[in-house]
Amino acid sequence: MQGKPIVEVEQLRKRYGSVTAVDGISLEVYEGEIFGMVGPNGAGKTTTIECLEGLRRADSGEIRVLGCDPQRDGYALRPRIGVQLQESMLQDRLRVWEALHLFAGLYANPVDWEPLLAGLGLAESRNVAFAKLSGGQKQRLFVALALVNDPELVFLDELTTGLDPQGRHAIWDLVRDVRDRGKTVLLTTHFMEEAERLCDRVAIVEHGRIVALDSPENLIREFGTESRVVFRAAPGLDLGVLEGLSAVARTESIGDRVIVHGHGDELVVQVVNALSASGTPIRDLRTEQPNLEDVFLALTGRAMRE
Amino acid sequence: MRGMSRLSIVEMKLFLREPFLGFFTLIFPLLMLFSFGTVYGNEPNEYFGGHGMVDISVPAYTAIVIAMTAFLSLAIGMATYRERGVLRRLQVTPLRPYAVLVSQVFVLLLMTTASMALLVACARLVYGMRFQGDVISVAGAFVLSCFSFFSLGFVLAGLAPSTRTAQIIGMVAFYPMIFLSGATMPLESMSEGLRHYAKILPLTHVVTLLRGLWVGESWGQHVTEVVVLGAILVVGLVISAFTFRWE
Repeated sequence: MQGKPIVEVEQLRKRYGSVTAVDGISLEVYEGEIFGMVGPNGAGKTTTIECLEGLRRADSGEIRVLGCDPQRDGYALRPRIGVQLQESMLQDRLRVWEALHLFAGLYANPVDWEPLLAGLGLAESRNVAFAKLSGGQKQRLFVALALVNDPELVFLDELTTGLDPQGRHAIWDLVRDVRDRGKTVLLTTHFMEEAERLCDRVAIVEHGRIVALDSPENLIREFGTESRVVFRAAPGLDLGVLEGLSAVARTESIGDRVIVHGHGDELVVQVVNALSASGTPIRDLRTEQPNLEDVFLALTGRAMRE
Repeated sequence: MRGMSRLSIVEMKLFLREPFLGFFTLIFPLLMLFSFGTVYGNEPNEYFGGHGMVDISVPAYTAIVIAMTAFLSLAIGMATYRERGVLRRLQVTPLRPYAVLVSQVFVLLLMTTASMALLVACARLVYGMRFQGDVISVAGAFVLSCFSFFSLGFVLAGLAPSTRTAQIIGMVAFYPMIFLSGATMPLESMSEGLRHYAKILPLTHVVTLLRGLWVGESWGQHVTEVVVLGAILVVGLVISAFTFRWE
């Protein structure tokens, strides 16, 4: 599904004083995909995306966005991109419709924003002041503002931070919808689940570098080698029986909950057989497939926590 | 151009929706007029150089509104926009930076003018205010004073690291000016030392210039004020051009 490259970044570097925020990032984003940069806070995602938007000047490296240099050709680029910024707010007393009317007026060829408002579920709130909107409504408004100029490329920086799971799912549907309308999306997130469920391709970023870049499926296949079997058992179960199995890497028990880490499809079979052979009563057995969180752990040696 | 006009309309609506700004710009000067007017009336008096109290207070209150707009509305407003990220959000649109500044100046100039018009109308109707000056001259002095003070407001917004600091500096700069610029108390009633201090306050020059032209004095008698306010405008513009930040 590779289209032509919309964003090309070559060896991007950016320092703030003695801190290196971006340390040689190279990537390409293709037309029509949702590309995600995922990593912990402070990994350099926002700095990278802000260099692409033209808000920051890179120390070195090559950037082409829609064929433009964001610093040199900023005013040629801005009408063609839509941007949602992390931690940006509007005026408290500005109403929803006024915000859209204002931002539509800043572009030469804006879309009709009324259907946009309705499509984002904001029609009811059109006369509500910004300060009175819920977190999810504010984010949807920022998505609307990012789409008001009918951009070819949309930047979304930590779009779902601060939202409850329900709000997050609604935003995901929205972003997919944006892609399905033929736009390219470049987003950042520190939620591994979000990257896994939403993105066509993911760059895992840590300490200003990309440690892996591929589709979530490929990343999990390549790096997410560990599966888990989780069950409940009466206290006093001898875990040694399980640890001796060939597919098992290690075990842990938390209260009456036992987690068996291991590899391959054999893991479940071996664990269940061993448990039934020893006559151990167990409850709530389930298996967990590796996810991006595990990929991150495998690649960086540390868990990704908010 | 469409962007700038929509931004200006939005700025104007937001200004009027902010009770604090609306009150201080439009209502507060009237309260001053009516409270002092009730006490002193507007009979010509030697103490006021042969003019009525209201006659010489209206230009002075106008000066206060200009200072208030510059230090409170403009400086705090711009600092708030920067801190909240409003400016950065605009920065990623095709809108040019100067459009943000022009629309701010335009709206605040309009609001300051409205305040002055209201003040003049009330003073005229209630106290029969006298005006011996020349409308064009007073309008010119008013615009010069506004631009000069607005440039100070942009300097403050540019230098203050946060909204909080801008607020504090704005208040600290603004309040002494009300009392020491001759806007509320005549300079003649002050001690020698205080008068010297008053002379270095920019607002004193606005009060002196507006009041002088108001009672029919000529521009030639106010070269000092014009030079000082012009210099503030130029220096202020240069400093704010260098200190302006989107974030």
